[in-house]
Amino acid sequence: MAYTVTINGKQHDVDAPGEMPLLWVLRNELGMVGTKFGCGIGMCGACTVHVNGEARRSCAVTLSSVGDAQISTIEALAETPVGRALQQAWLDEDVMQCGYCQAGQLMNATALLTKNPQPAETEIESAMQGNICRCACYTRIHKAIAAVSKEGVANV
Amino acid sequence: MSDVMTAAPMPGTSSQLSRRMMLKVSALAGGGFALAASMPMIARAATPAGPEGTAAGLNAFVTIAPDNTITIVGKNPEVGQGIKTMLPMLIAEELDADWDQVRIVQADTDMALYGPQLAGGSFATPMNWIPMRQAGATARAMLVAAAAQRWGVPVGSLRTEKSRVIDGSGRSLTFGELATDAAAMPVPAPETLMLKDAKDFTIIGRPIGGIDSPKVVRGEPIFGVDTQLPGMVYAAYERAPVFGAKLMSANLDAAKAEPGISDAFVIEGNGRADQLVDGVAVIASNWWLANRARGKLAVEWDTGEWASHSSSGYDETARKLMASGQAEEVFASNGDVDAAFASAAKVLEAEYAYPFLAHVPMEPMNCTALMHEDGSLEMWAPSQTPQGGLAGVAEMLGLEPSRVKVHITRMGGGFGRRLTNDYMHQVAAIAQKMPGTPVQLIWSREDDVRTDFYRPAGWHKLRAAVDAEGKLVGFDDHFVTFDAGGGSFNPAAMAPDIFPAKFVPNLRFAQSKMKTAVPMGALRAPSSNALAFVMQSFLDEVAVATDKDLPTLMLELVEGFEPEPDEQGFGGMSSPGFNPHRLAAVTKKAVEMAKWGEPVADGHALGFGFYWSHMGYFAEIVEASLSEAGQPLVHNVWAAGDVGSHIINPFGAMNQVEGSIIDGIGQAIQLAVQIEGGAVKQSNFHDYQLPRMPMTPQIHVEFVPSDNAPTGLGEPALPPVIPALTNALFALTGKRVRSLPIDKALFAKA
Repeated sequence: MAYTVTINGKQHDVDAPGEMPLLWVLRNELGMVGTKFGCGIGMCGACTVHVNGEARRSCAVTLSSVGDAQISTIEALAETPVGRALQQAWLDEDVMQCGYCQAGQLMNATALLTKNPQPAETEIESAMQGNICRCACYTRIHKAIAAVSKEGVANV
Repeated sequence: MSDVMTAAPMPGTSSQLSRRMMLKVSALAGGGFALAASMPMIARAATPAGPEGTAAGLNAFVTIAPDNTITIVGKNPEVGQGIKTMLPMLIAEELDADWDQVRIVQADTDMALYGPQLAGGSFATPMNWIPMRQAGATARAMLVAAAAQRWGVPVGSLRTEKSRVIDGSGRSLTFGELATDAAAMPVPAPETLMLKDAKDFTIIGRPIGGIDSPKVVRGEPIFGVDTQLPGMVYAAYERAPVFGAKLMSANLDAAKAEPGISDAFVIEGNGRADQLVDGVAVIASNWWLANRARGKLAVEWDTGEWASHSSSGYDETARKLMASGQAEEVFASNGDVDAAFASAAKVLEAEYAYPFLAHVPMEPMNCTALMHEDGSLEMWAPSQTPQGGLAGVAEMLGLEPSRVKVHITRMGGGFGRRLTNDYMHQVAAIAQKMPGTPVQLIWSREDDVRTDFYRPAGWHKLRAAVDAEGKLVGFDDHFVTFDAGGGSFNPAAMAPDIFPAKFVPNLRFAQSKMKTAVPMGALRAPSSNALAFVMQSFLDEVAVATDKDLPTLMLELVEGFEPEPDEQGFGGMSSPGFNPHRLAAVTKKAVEMAKWGEPVADGHALGFGFYWSHMGYFAEIVEASLSEAGQPLVHNVWAAGDVGSHIINPFGAMNQVEGSIIDGIGQAIQLAVQIEGGAVKQSNFHDYQLPRMPMTPQIHVEFVPSDNAPTGLGEPALPPVIPALTNALFALTGKRVRSLPIDKALFAKA
């Protein structure tokens, strides 16, 4: 069955079963591989995208449930001031080791700071605990989020 | 389907530069440097073709474009350890390159050109510290010679700085302006070149961010699983959950009738778990469809004798073996152990155990392969050992190795999992059945957790004899481990010189082995990640029994001993022997950093652990407390490490140490793979629970420089944190953790 989905402001027609997770629509139907497969059961956060601005696990969002929701992915993260600021902070703090989970970390962090620009330390921990980093770059992820929270997004 | 193509770039032939005149300097495996221009019409020395595996074992690779862009090849696989940034830093340092004008490309697999290419054992730093710098120095010497010729001045009157050659009068030429002339210069022998004095380093020691990090934050396709080729299809692979099982029969009709499935076929294994086990490949236009259709497969497996195996069965057998007091073999022996115990003033005895562990890198196992119509095979492989993968695949398919091309992709973590290339062999076997069609094999997370090469579980019965003066005079370990049969690699093997082997006058290490079909492999700091817990915990018991603390006991044990001589190590490099002075230095540093011995917060306690692995010395101190539910909480970790004379990239170094420490804490507190019915019980991150952000302690790291060559940091910071934590819990509660992961019930408040 054919569906029309809106990804990063652009409409795409997808001919796939409605129960296909959005993750696999993005990766294999649309060739947008920035969103990563980590566990398939919503436990790791590697596949985090924004659905109408909310951080969601794309492995747990079915194609048929998307409807006319606005989906945005890591490929469009730089289009938002918060996303841009976080991308820069990630580089400034040299956050990553392997980097595989970082798309999901960045998408989740962007959703957090968009809603709550100045989260307390425990709010950062609580918001980010759904995202696993196997290399355990947690200290740096935390620092990068805190830096953007402190310095704001104006100068990026 | 997208037709975006992603492939590892070919060295020196990136699309951006291919139409420019370029200089290519490459070191021959035979020790000399050969020179070639990349454009065929100006090629002089053609492609280097040094003999394989000769002593120098290196090929460095520098390309300079007229616009002064310097392209440096990163030869080793990038798995998150930062090697693609770090090895080129060594070349750029001696080349005197302007780092801002350096671009780095990933090498393909080529033993003859590059020597060993692997990500494992923390070997890359010690193996490449000198050769990579020589590669840069050689290229620099040729550029200087070209400038000297053009200006008609002596070489000695010239200096280099930031990709320019400068003479005494201040005139200068860029490397780019000199590149073509330099290509015609004689190639100096690397050993004739002076390497820089450390005080002149401008790149080594500078914190430099990961070279691919900007691509990562933009979500660009750079990982193995991001590989996309025109017309590519996806494969899922169904194999028996029980290790060692064989496929009896398979009905594929229902699976083939599922939406999107283009094919399904049986693959017959070759009897080697590290290559190809029996299974069924399901092919589809979308991986999720292929994986889902596995549920419709009707496959019968012969599980043979292995289905009765379990972790609890292994534990029962191991405990019986330890109780028997009869080990199969003694593999290390000093003095007279029995006499030492017979005359001891005090004897301590304890059994320690630890479980199987999985690696679970974030990027699930995957590999992309294309069998070309001419029968040659091209692969895009996220592998820590791509050369081994290439050789294995060629042998399995009966192809000449020259007919298999392996592109090295960035990997979403490895931790040792990708040292074993079973997924490469699987996709090669699949691709062979569909020539002309590129196919990407992806494993589910469940496949990954249940089809790993596990850190072996192990058991130790330890005894210590203490004399009337409180001195440790006897030590006895009966180690129970596994035998996978067929002389296969045992990543749990305990070396005969494991500390305190040479520092106790009467010592015996013995072992017994149990049969298993559970595949075993190297997990970050193999054997050390388990033995540090066992040995440093038991030595803490000895310290407590003799009224001292563990740092004091460690310093006493090594007092008066001199460094052991160097040994021949991996890849022909010299491997320094254990140096007690370095142990003492990091121990004292950690003690000072943590203010060991001073009061700590109420309900908190400190614990110490030391370990030497992969040529790195780490002493670590953990400050821990317990939650109401008995959950250990780690507040601070102080780590003092000696990994040689230089920290090449402080960014990467700190990241590795922090990550290793959190990794170790996760192993101590909550990780275990259990075998039930011959298969793995756990399946995904809900029951194999990696550390998450709230578990992260404050980590304080100091490096203690020494006169040794730098060594790698992927591993040595991990092992000591585990006993440091369990020793802290003992200091807090008087309860000794002798089995991992830590049993919360032990510490639950009544």
